[in-house]
Amino acid sequence: MQHPAFEEVTFHPKHEDERTFKQKVIKTTIILSIITVIELGFGLLMHFLHMPDDFKRLMIKGIVVILSLAKAFYIVAVFMHLGDEIRNMIMTIVVPLMLFIWFIIGFIADGNSYKNLRNKYDKHFKESTDPHKYEQKANTHQIKPGGKN
Amino acid sequence: MSTQTTTESYKGHKTNWWSGGKSPFNLEYGKVMMWYFLMSDAFTFGAFLISYGSIRFSQNFWPDPNVVFNAFPGAGHADLPLAFVSVMTFILIISSVTMVLAVHAGHNHDKKGVIKWLIWTIIGGLAFLSCQAWEWHHLITGEHIVFANGKLEAIGQTMAGNPWGQLVHDNTLLTNALNATPHDALVKIVQSHDHSHSLEELAKMTDTQLRGMVNVADMHIREKGPIAFGGYFYGITGFHGFHVFSGVVINIIMLLMAQKDVFEKRGHYLMIEKAGLYWHFVDLVWVFVFLCFYLI
Repeated sequence: MQHPAFEEVTFHPKHEDERTFKQKVIKTTIILSIITVIELGFGLLMHFLHMPDDFKRLMIKGIVVILSLAKAFYIVAVFMHLGDEIRNMIMTIVVPLMLFIWFIIGFIADGNSYKNLRNKYDKHFKESTDPHKYEQKANTHQIKPGGKN
Repeated sequence: MSTQTTTESYKGHKTNWWSGGKSPFNLEYGKVMMWYFLMSDAFTFGAFLISYGSIRFSQNFWPDPNVVFNAFPGAGHADLPLAFVSVMTFILIISSVTMVLAVHAGHNHDKKGVIKWLIWTIIGGLAFLSCQAWEWHHLITGEHIVFANGKLEAIGQTMAGNPWGQLVHDNTLLTNALNATPHDALVKIVQSHDHSHSLEELAKMTDTQLRGMVNVADMHIREKGPIAFGGYFYGITGFHGFHVFSGVVINIIMLLMAQKDVFEKRGHYLMIEKAGLYWHFVDLVWVFVFLCFYLI
C-alpha cells in the first residue's frame, strides 16, 4: 500500500491480506492468554503447595519471568508491529534496552548485599524480621527426647 | 504508484537508506518519536520496578501476593488468590486486541471499523480502571487484625503500614496482646468477623465481654508487613493506572477525530497507529507490574 502522506516513506513493505492478518491476531491472542494462564497456575501452585522459600520456588519464579518476557516479545513484535519495521529501527529500540541487564543485576545485588550486612551487624533487624522466628519458638516448646534443644 | 517510481529512481542512483530523500527508518516522524517516548517511559517504569526489587531483596520477609490479593467483588471473605487480577489482565489483553483491529481498520480507511473498535478499546480501558478502583478501595478500607507493640489493632493497607506481615503462631503472646488492647480496637476486631451485632451494640459492651467474643487462636493474626510494600504498590500500580487513564483520554480524542472525518480529510489514519502504540505499551507495562507484584 502506498503512503499517502509522506512519499519518502514506503509504507509497510510486507502488506498482508485480511486472512493472514486475522490468523496472526487470533494466534497471538491465544498465545498471550495461554501464557497468562500458565503463569497464574505457577503462582497458585506456589501458594497451595505451601512451597518454602527455597531453590525450587526460585526456579518457578524464574520460569514465570521468562514467560512474561515471551509475552512482552509477542506484544511488541506483533501488536506494536516492531517486528515488521526495518532492522535499524528495531535496533535503536532494542539496543538501549540492554541497559536493563546491568540495571536489574546491579540493583538487586545491592539490595541483597544490604540485607546481608544488616543481618550480620544489626541483631535486632535479624531477629525481628526472621521468617522462621515463630516456627523456632513453637519447636522449642515441644519436648524432643535426645534433641540438643 | 508514486512511491514505487521514487524508489526506482533511487535505485538508479545507487543510493541507500541514509543518502537522503528517504526516511532511513521507513517510518514517519510521529511514529519514530512515539517509539522513543515509549522507550524512555519503559526506563521510568523499569526504574520504579527495579527500585521495588532492590528494597524487596533487602528484607528478610516480604508479603505473599496470594495472601494480599485474594478478594473478589461480591465474594465476601472467600479466599480467591489472584482471581480478580487475572480478570484485570484479560481485560487489558482483550482491549489490546481490539486496538490492533482499530489500527488495521485505519490502514484500510474503514471509518466505521475504526470507530467500532476504538469504542471497544475505550470500554476495556474504563473496565480496567474500574477494577483498579475497586481493588485499591478494598485494600485501603478492608481492615485486618495485626499484632503490633504488644497490642492488637485493625488496619488496612496504606502508605503508613499494612497487615501483611508474618503469621503470629504464639497464642500466649496473642492472648496477652488481646488483654492489652483498648476498647475502640476491640470493637473493630469483633466487628470484623461477628456480623450479628451492630456497631452501636458492640460499642456499649464492656471490654471483658468483647474479649470473650474473640478467639485469637483461629484468627490468623499477622504482624505488620514491611512499610515499603504499600508505597510501592500504590505508587507503581497508580502510575500504570494513570497511563491507562491517559490512554483512554487519547483514544476518546481519536474517536472524536475519526467521527468528525479529520483522518478522512487528511487521507490517512496514522494518528490511530500512534495511539495504538501507546495503548499496547500500557498493556506491555502491565505484564511486568503483574509479574512483580502479583506473581513472584
